[in-house]
Amino acid sequence: MNNKLARMIIRRIGQSIIVLLIVTLMVFLLMQLVPGDPIANFLGANATPEQIEHYNKLFGFDQPVMVQYWKWLIGLFHGEMGRSVALQKDISEVIFQRLGITLSIVIPAFVFAVVLGIILGITAAKNRGTAIDSVISFFANIGMSMPMFWFGLILILIFALKLHILPTSGFVSIKDGGISGYFSHLLLPMLVLAAGPLAQFTRQTRSSMLEVIRQDYVTTAKAKGLGKREITFKHQLRNALIPIITVMGVTLGGMIGGTVLVESIFVVPGLGNLMITSIKGRDFMVVEDGVLVIAIAVAICNLIVDILYGVIDPRIRND
Amino acid sequence: MKKSKKKIINSRVFRVLTARKSVVVCMIILAILIFAAIFAPLVSPYDPYKQNLKNMLQHVSLQHLFGTDAMGRDVLSRIIYGGRVSFTVGLVSVLIAGSIGMILGLIAGMSGGVIDAVIMRIMDAMMSVPMIIMALFLGSIFGKGLGNICLAIGISMVPSYARLTRGQVLSIKESDYVTAGTLFGASNIKNAITHIFPNSVSPNIVLMTMNLGNAILNEAALSFLGMGINPPTASWGGMVNDGYKYMTSNPVIAIAPGAFIMIVVLCFNMVGDALRDALDPKLRGTFGRKHKLVGKVDVKKN
Repeated sequence: MNNKLARMIIRRIGQSIIVLLIVTLMVFLLMQLVPGDPIANFLGANATPEQIEHYNKLFGFDQPVMVQYWKWLIGLFHGEMGRSVALQKDISEVIFQRLGITLSIVIPAFVFAVVLGIILGITAAKNRGTAIDSVISFFANIGMSMPMFWFGLILILIFALKLHILPTSGFVSIKDGGISGYFSHLLLPMLVLAAGPLAQFTRQTRSSMLEVIRQDYVTTAKAKGLGKREITFKHQLRNALIPIITVMGVTLGGMIGGTVLVESIFVVPGLGNLMITSIKGRDFMVVEDGVLVIAIAVAICNLIVDILYGVIDPRIRND
Repeated sequence: MKKSKKKIINSRVFRVLTARKSVVVCMIILAILIFAAIFAPLVSPYDPYKQNLKNMLQHVSLQHLFGTDAMGRDVLSRIIYGGRVSFTVGLVSVLIAGSIGMILGLIAGMSGGVIDAVIMRIMDAMMSVPMIIMALFLGSIFGKGLGNICLAIGISMVPSYARLTRGQVLSIKESDYVTAGTLFGASNIKNAITHIFPNSVSPNIVLMTMNLGNAILNEAALSFLGMGINPPTASWGGMVNDGYKYMTSNPVIAIAPGAFIMIVVLCFNMVGDALRDALDPKLRGTFGRKHKLVGKVDVKKN
């Protein structure tokens, strides 16, 4: 691998680790500010002070804040995430199981949005000014403006309640429901999650392609007699790719946030749902670990985006 | 009076903004909805809080244009009042995000070194957490209520403004007029206030108009999740949440407020796009001008 590229990657990984450490501190401190007590919430109104004190000691909540933070951090390096108060389980077990479910919605949605978005964007750019362009652009604008929960509602109304093709909610693993059960429960959440990003990819691809189309190297390519497809993919798309990749990085982060809504609407037991119930139930450790996992996922995406930049555009490696 | 009016109409920004009919339509729609929100007590047909259990879950009719909800309240009135919440949250949170973000970006850009690095790493950390989750957090800390939600959403949007402003400041710092200012004895702070800050404002304004739609969507999402503006206050997101239970019998209760969210966000996005095109120096030229000849040609000569 190119020496410069390797150095850039190492530098970026180092930066990401620093940022992640800051995230842990930030989340921890913020959760200390949230009013409410996980133990009290869990035990309910009838808890005696002795019970509360006992559980506080058990979970280590009676120690000073920075000590708790330090213990948590050290624990993380050993792969221990602590225990959830509300669920009475090891947090790592819960989080990774739910992460799997969330990813099984996010990844297909992302791929769908990217592929379809690029295709639509190229089509709109090539047919600029015509009806095709207007229709695609119109739907892209709408897709970006729609509230996810509303779109979900409409899809549920049409497909589940009127046409009875798809289930209204829930999640079914491949083991329990077979491939068709798995997909039918996955389809609507995936579509709802993908709608906004699809719109953004379409718009960004269209505008990048429009800029690129006018460039000199395209005229050169045409003068050289290159075929349409070769021009479109080899020259135009490649150069248009950089802002598109930026949007990809941003969007993936946004999608992980979007699963919070989607999982709420379709009652999918994923990471987003866990975050909501844990924030409401003041289950601090779960929230802290969950946000950390999400932040790591986002950091990995950003890292991949930056590496892709370095690979595609040799000029960036000097950065 | 006439001359200044002509100046505005001929100004590039105005011309670009009014160039496309779709954008003008969006501005008109926004104006109507904002007007209705401001004058809600006058415009709305019923009291949005008045419950009338005898009238509950009525379908669309002449008396209740969007029907009534589960407590017999008129949906249209609640939508009009809900507009107040959405527009207020949209505007205030974006202003909060913009001001805090611009100040942080200015400080980071002007100071450089450790302060710059620290501020930017904190911004990176905030950006690593998806906005909704950040807003959920902050909402839990501040509590429910309109002002708190504005604060929560506003703070969660700060990083992009900080980054943008810092980038602007870094590039403007090298400009000639800033160097000239320093040569004339201006201190860093004076330079910052008189030269750098005003010139870094316009991309932030574009970002603000484009973020307005996002802010409104975030508020709706929070209210939908039950962590934002709560009943009995009318908020569009909350109404969709309430309406979910009556999906099969009375879908209008949930569909109508959601449609309004979409329309408002769409209009803000389109106007934001047009504004961005208007303020973009690269697009200088014949944007929107109709058949303007280079010089005056007097056809009658001859």
